[in-house]
Amino acid sequence: MKYIDEFQDPELARRLLDDIHATVTRPWALMEVCGGQTHSIIRHGIDQLLPPEVELIHGPGCPVCVTPLEVIDKALEIASRPGVIFCSFGDMLRVPGTGRDLFQVRGEGGDVRVVYSPLDALRIARQNPDREVVFFGIGFETTAPPNAMTVHQARKLGIQNFSMLVSHVRVPPAIEAIMSSPSCRVQGFLAAGHVCSVMGVEEYPELAERFRVPIVVTGFEPLDILEGVRRAVRQLERGEHTVDNAYARAVRPEGNPAARAMLEDVFEVTDRPWRGIGVIPDSGWRLSPKYRDHDAEHRFSVGGIRTEEPAECRSGEVLQGLLKPHECEAFGTLCTPRTPLGATMVSSEGACAAYYLYRRLDVPAAAAREASPVV
Amino acid sequence: MCLAVPGRVLDIEDRDGTRMATVDFGGVVKEVCLEYLPDLRVGEYAIVHVGFALQRLDEESARQTLELFAELGLLQEEFGDPWETAASAAGADPAEEVHNR
Repeated sequence: MKYIDEFQDPELARRLLDDIHATVTRPWALMEVCGGQTHSIIRHGIDQLLPPEVELIHGPGCPVCVTPLEVIDKALEIASRPGVIFCSFGDMLRVPGTGRDLFQVRGEGGDVRVVYSPLDALRIARQNPDREVVFFGIGFETTAPPNAMTVHQARKLGIQNFSMLVSHVRVPPAIEAIMSSPSCRVQGFLAAGHVCSVMGVEEYPELAERFRVPIVVTGFEPLDILEGVRRAVRQLERGEHTVDNAYARAVRPEGNPAARAMLEDVFEVTDRPWRGIGVIPDSGWRLSPKYRDHDAEHRFSVGGIRTEEPAECRSGEVLQGLLKPHECEAFGTLCTPRTPLGATMVSSEGACAAYYLYRRLDVPAAAAREASPVV
Repeated sequence: MCLAVPGRVLDIEDRDGTRMATVDFGGVVKEVCLEYLPDLRVGEYAIVHVGFALQRLDEESARQTLELFAELGLLQEEFGDPWETAASAAGADPAEEVHNR
């Protein structure tokens, strides 16, 4: 298909790889922020084609992975109530809360439905005026505009039985938190292309300057990722640290102004805990007071639920780039997609799930023997 | 779930005051909200995420990027170190090796 096949061309990939090999003279650690990029990198084996000097650290950009346990527990509580239709994107169903997940709530009689778009949830609300319909609004700046538009429409059309449990997160504060950590090894970023399709690039020059790191806006196809790496390595070798756009076909400097205006109207910035990482100041969005009537946290009085994160899962270290998934002792043994300890193994975009899907045969034979068979 | 994919607009209509399109994703057709890209036209491509068109795909920019990739290495072949080029042709280039696996 147009704009996909062309950016998977093996001959052009070889040219990009040759150029990276010719440019690199010493070790560099780059972080790809987005989980979609992690998945593409592991699936196509891009990390194994790069020169050994270039290390890719997998960042925290999987929204399912970083949604805090406490928010999952709030979702489980709301979804269990009689009279509620709880709508969610499919990949939240198996994310473990404390003791259970949405899939189990459905097994116990809860009306949990998977939707493709938040607008589907709004339609369900219109079709079921005697039921409370709740949408689980998570995601980064890419998903926030669709969710914002849906709440806006609910208010405009006066759909009283629709509300949203919101736990949105923002990329720039996460970059700031990663770079401020004393154990940080990251020297350059591949910024998440579709986040920038919405937000543009205006938030990044200040971060590039302050932390002296190149930030290259990068797409998702193999050639996009190689070009992001090539531009980041070129900057690092020259001692530069600027914001560069390697995904110009889908990213304008100003982003999408209509979407940004809607975000400004519907949401307000708030501190947000990230699963496995902890609270990052100003890193999230919640519904602004104007939309409080459609805030599920308020409507179902679940604001008081507080949950401590368990210590057994090391996904926080994975999400910060301090540990590779296969270096965790539970990987592929105690922790598999069927029995996930943490969200990075559940979500299709999680780093642990990507390694399990494409790389688990590379882990030591003993671990592989104990791993659950894949159905 | 952050996955956003390019699709081509087949037709556009106004539904309940909302601008909606049917969009073709390589054979799969879905309903997509155009409120964030109101001037998108039939035949154009856009990045679509969870039922919303978020950004127009710029065909000219895509073409330029692919051309740039195609030109990579040509200058090197023309003006580069002939010994390096010969070694590369003989299979000593690690990138070449991996590529041919």
